[in-house]
Amino acid sequence: MRLTSRQVVVAGLGALFGVGLTLGGMTDPARIIGFLDFAGRWDPSLLFVMGGASGAYMLGYRAVLRTHRPWFGGSYPARPSRAWREPRLLVGAALFGIGWGLSGYCPGPAWTALGAGRARAVLVLVTTLAGIVVADRWSRRRVREGA
Amino acid sequence: MSWSSWLPPLVGGLCIGASALGFLRVTGRIAGISGFSAELVDVHRGGKRGDAVAFLLGLVVTGVLLSWAWPARFGRAVPFAALLGTRDGLTTAVAGLLVGFGARLAGGCTSGHGVCGVGRLSPRSLVATTLFVLTGAATVYVTLHGRGAP
Repeated sequence: MRLTSRQVVVAGLGALFGVGLTLGGMTDPARIIGFLDFAGRWDPSLLFVMGGASGAYMLGYRAVLRTHRPWFGGSYPARPSRAWREPRLLVGAALFGIGWGLSGYCPGPAWTALGAGRARAVLVLVTTLAGIVVADRWSRRRVREGA
Repeated sequence: MSWSSWLPPLVGGLCIGASALGFLRVTGRIAGISGFSAELVDVHRGGKRGDAVAFLLGLVVTGVLLSWAWPARFGRAVPFAALLGTRDGLTTAVAGLLVGFGARLAGGCTSGHGVCGVGRLSPRSLVATTLFVLTGAATVYVTLHGRGAP
């Protein structure tokens, strides 16, 4: 695969994302569990991470859309769908949350912790990729069968 | 609350938001890590996975570099042997399966829904992110405070 300038920029953005995750403590499963432990010694620090990240995105989103076209071509996404009463979305999100609470890892931090050589992150990633493959095969079959 | 407990997480969050915004600006796409992971393992995709490979590589290399500078940020290191055939390893494996399967079903994870979707006030993402936290908290309640908890 030839390295393109697009890939170099995207890799830099991935690195910035990883720095943010690490600085925010998302890469430490104990802190994720601490944030989800409302009945125990609740650790609110992830509120600042998620609030800072989605807040920054919210503030910059309109400014980005005003530029009409992405640097490397293509187009910006359409307005978000309002159809949230959908079993796939609700069941999928609930299952994701259970897994997140069990391990303290979601996919982004798991990739960064893989680089840090954490064994648990390696196991989470391998099984996450397996879960992804199962879900995508299942979806494809449902589409083929017209379900 | 001292500054050291909220300032690094806030700056970290701003870095994440800036990265996701930059990705939108240059590619026109939503920065979703479960989506990138799916592109990476999708056998039907052929050569069209450049963004996914590049972004994930950025995440991994950052982990390599920062684990030297800042090992405490990655929590306690557990040897592989402690996960082989143990209850801890089984729990971790089941957790990963649920995270991967659930994220694909829901069309996103903490980045695509939690950061980008919430940032653009997508109703689906607001619902998904609320559910992530609710079922995550319920799970932690059962494992830490439920019957038979350590």
